[in-house]
Formats: sequence, C-alpha cells, structure tokens
Amino acid sequence: MRSLAYLVFCVLLALLLGACTASLPIRGTGDLGLVIERADGAVTLVNTSVKAPYGRVDGLGDLSHASVVYSRDARYAYVFGRDGGLSKIDLLESRLVKRVMQSGNAIGGSISQDGRIVVAQNYTPGGIKAFDAESLELLSEVPAEYAPGKFSKVVGLADAPGNRFAYALFDGGEIWVSDFSNPQSPTTRKFPAGKNPYDGLITPDGRYYLAGLFGEDGIAKLDLWQLEKGSSKILENYGRGEEKLPVFKMPHLRGWSLAAGRVWLPAVGRHEVLVADARTWKEVSRVQVKGQPVFAMASPDGRQVWVNFAHPDNGWVQVIDTLTGQVIKTLQPGKAILHMEFTTRGEAVWISARDDNRVVIVDTRSFEQIGGFEVNAPSGIFFTARSARIGF
Amino acid sequence: MDTGYSFARPKQSRLTAIKVLITCNRERSHMRIQPLCILAVLAFVPNANAENLSPSDLTRLVRQDCGSCHGMRLTGGLGTPLTREALAGRSPESLTATILYGRPGTTMPAWKSLLSVAQAEWISARLLEGFPEESR
Repeated sequence: MRSLAYLVFCVLLALLLGACTASLPIRGTGDLGLVIERADGAVTLVNTSVKAPYGRVDGLGDLSHASVVYSRDARYAYVFGRDGGLSKIDLLESRLVKRVMQSGNAIGGSISQDGRIVVAQNYTPGGIKAFDAESLELLSEVPAEYAPGKFSKVVGLADAPGNRFAYALFDGGEIWVSDFSNPQSPTTRKFPAGKNPYDGLITPDGRYYLAGLFGEDGIAKLDLWQLEKGSSKILENYGRGEEKLPVFKMPHLRGWSLAAGRVWLPAVGRHEVLVADARTWKEVSRVQVKGQPVFAMASPDGRQVWVNFAHPDNGWVQVIDTLTGQVIKTLQPGKAILHMEFTTRGEAVWISARDDNRVVIVDTRSFEQIGGFEVNAPSGIFFTARSARIGF
Repeated sequence: MDTGYSFARPKQSRLTAIKVLITCNRERSHMRIQPLCILAVLAFVPNANAENLSPSDLTRLVRQDCGSCHGMRLTGGLGTPLTREALAGRSPESLTATILYGRPGTTMPAWKSLLSVAQAEWISARLLEGFPEESR
C-alpha cells in the first residue's frame, strides 16, 4: 500500500511540475502589440523589445479595415472587424477569449475611460453599440437616426473623459457626444459638423473633438470642456477655388496629430498636410508632400510627423520635422504602405507594407531599417501603449 | 509577384462613347441606361481586349484598393456593396462609366487617370459575375 501511495504521489508531483513548466512566465504587456493580417482574418502578436512576432490568433473574420483598442490592464485586445465581428484576444495566452457578431458592417471602436465599456461604431445598421468589456454582453445602443427613418454611417468614434464617446455621422453631418455614465441608458447631445465628416479625433488632453470633412473643405471642432459653446469650423475653405484631385483612399485621423503646439492634418484631395495652431486654431502653414496623405502621425515626443499616402503613391513615407515644418526624409519602405505605429517612447516606427507581405521597423533618428519580419498582407499595427491614451 | 501596374492609356473613341453614356446616365437619376445609350456604347466600344491587362494585378487592385472603401470582400463600407447580388440588374456599361468617371457628390472617385477603358470593362464584367479571389 505504501509503495502505491508513493507512486501516486510521484505521478501527481510530476503532473504538477509539468503544469508549472507549461504555464506562462510572469511578465507585463507594455512591450507587446499586434499586427492585423487583413486577408487572413488573423492577427500576429508581436514583442517590440525583441522586434519579433511571438504568436498568432486566427478565425477573426473579415479584417479589412480592422482596428484595435486595449483593455485598461493592457492584457486584452479588442479587435473590430469589417464584418461586425468583435473579438477579445488575450496577449499573454495568445488566444481568442471571446468573439461576438455585433453588426453587419463595422468600422472600428473605442474603450471607455474606466475601461468597463467597449463601444463599436457601425455602418450597418448605422449607430454605436456598447458592450461589457469583461463579457462582451450588449449593454445599450445608440442608433444614428439623424432624420426620421434615416440612419447614418458612424465614423471617428473616440473616447472622452467622463465615460463619454464622441463620433461623427457621415450621412447626417453631425457630431454626437454620448454619455455612458449609466451604461444601460446613454444620453446623447448633437452638434452640426458639416458635409460628410469622414473621420474624427480627440486631442490627447481629451478636450477637443475634430472631425475632418469630405463634402467641404474644413474641419469641424467641438470643445468637450464647453459643450454649451457648440461646434465651429477651422481651416475653412482651405482649398477654395482649386480643383480637388480624385480621392482614392479616405484619410484617417486619430489622436496622434498634435505636435509642437500644432495640429497636423491630412488635406482631402490634395498633396498637403495642413498645419494649424492648437491654441488659436488658425492655419499656420501647409506642407507639400508626395501624394494624398492617409495618416499624419506625430511621434510620441512630437518632434516628427510621419506621413503615408493613398494609392498610387502608397509606396512612399515622408517625415516632417515639426520645428521647421519641412519634409526632412522621404523613404520607400515597401509596396503599399498601409499603417505606421511608433513604439511607446518613439525610438522606432513599425510600418506595414501590404504588398511586400512584410512589417518593416525603422529607427526614427537614423531612418535606417533596424528590423522586420514576414506577415501576410499586414495592415494596422497596434501597440499596448494605446491602452493608456485618451481618445482611443 | 510583380504588382507594378502597367495600365494602358484610355482609347479616345471609347472614352467618347463612355462620356455619352455618362450624359445619358445623368438624365436619369440613378444610373439606369436608356436603350439609345446602350446603342451608342455598342457602336463605339470594341470587345475588351486583353493587351496590357494583368488580371492578377487588377484583381489585387479591386480587392485591396477598391476594398479600402468597398471592403475586401466587397460587402460595402463607406462605399456601396459590390457583390454580384448587390449589383444584380446593373449593366456593365454603367459600372464601367462609374469606375472611369466616379460619381460626383459621393466618395466614388474617377479612376480614369489610373485605369484604361479596357481595364474598367474587365473589372465591371468580373464584378457582375462575382469578383474572383486573389491567387497567392
């Protein structure tokens, strides 16, 4: 009997030890992130310290135009797919935790200040939906009904302090601010924006919401600290009297645009980056660039703005020095550059080259390539530093 | 795979025909074709020839670049859906005209600076029969 008990003990000990070696080392997530594989419905998980992938999660549906926000603890990624899928991914265990189909056609999402509410923005049916960040259960929704029976595509959703979300109605021409203090019954205030807002952003301090306009030249601005003052327009008529070029890809806005006391915004249908003073909101200058900008992204220190371009100029990337307002570097990192993401403190930028099936890592001081790896048709790159930012 | 596009310049006679079509289209509110317009097109547009066409490049262009608005699976986004079902009843000529000249007042740009008439015709025909997947 005693030898049998001893044997059982040994077996149990072996199992326990095996379980221990198979379990994960204790680690943080501050240097992790993911790359969207838009054609394969998968994400490649990456580590920015070793500049390499460490995992992959697939089965995420249509990820063309997918975007990602991170949980408050930067462990979980919420992936919003084109097909309305919302997937929660555990970066530590490299696995899909939960996936829900929340709409027919979605364009992105955001997470609340307290980290408890994940909100998706939808084209079909037009509106936003709020989910419990833990369980992905539906909490409430705000249909974007801008006229009786008419629903708008929602663009530019961004989180604002106070568990509020600001977003723009592409068809409705309005900016809406929904307060989710009570997640089950949000309250919404509406402001005029202008014709066809195509995307929006919140400044890093959470104060101003800006919506870029496609249907007219200008940017709509709303002061979230003083909603009673209403919305207004900046950079109005920036292209007056000039013929717009055909826009082969809509520019994207996100809260990276503030640098050196100025906002840097892609001009629609022009080979220009618009620069406005972030206190007076007056136009300061325009930077002539290689093509129609898609992203104009400020480095974390605000010293540089990196710009990529719409088809057919999407093989170029240009770097603007924010002190002089001049283009200081023109790069050709690969074919079909879709996205750029700075590491947390900005020593490097990761660039997705879709048609080269490659992510390229570039040093932001020397502009040398310091790494890269193969990924099938990479698009968005998202690092966990986003979890600590307002407006994401 | 070589993805550098080598697009042929639009042929003038066909352009004229398509312009006639556009004019006809604008007379009716949403891109329905009148019989006369079809005749005009048939008179001017020869069969789409394959010269200078690279089907794999065009397939990639539609899936990836048109896909930035219409969705990679062409199920729609900021742009309208372009699936076979969604386009049922549309004529190839009206699609070709939309591709080349865009739809003023919407986000659909004119692609005539990047695509030849033959290439736009090829894309229209493929869209109507259900657009092919990219081969790897």
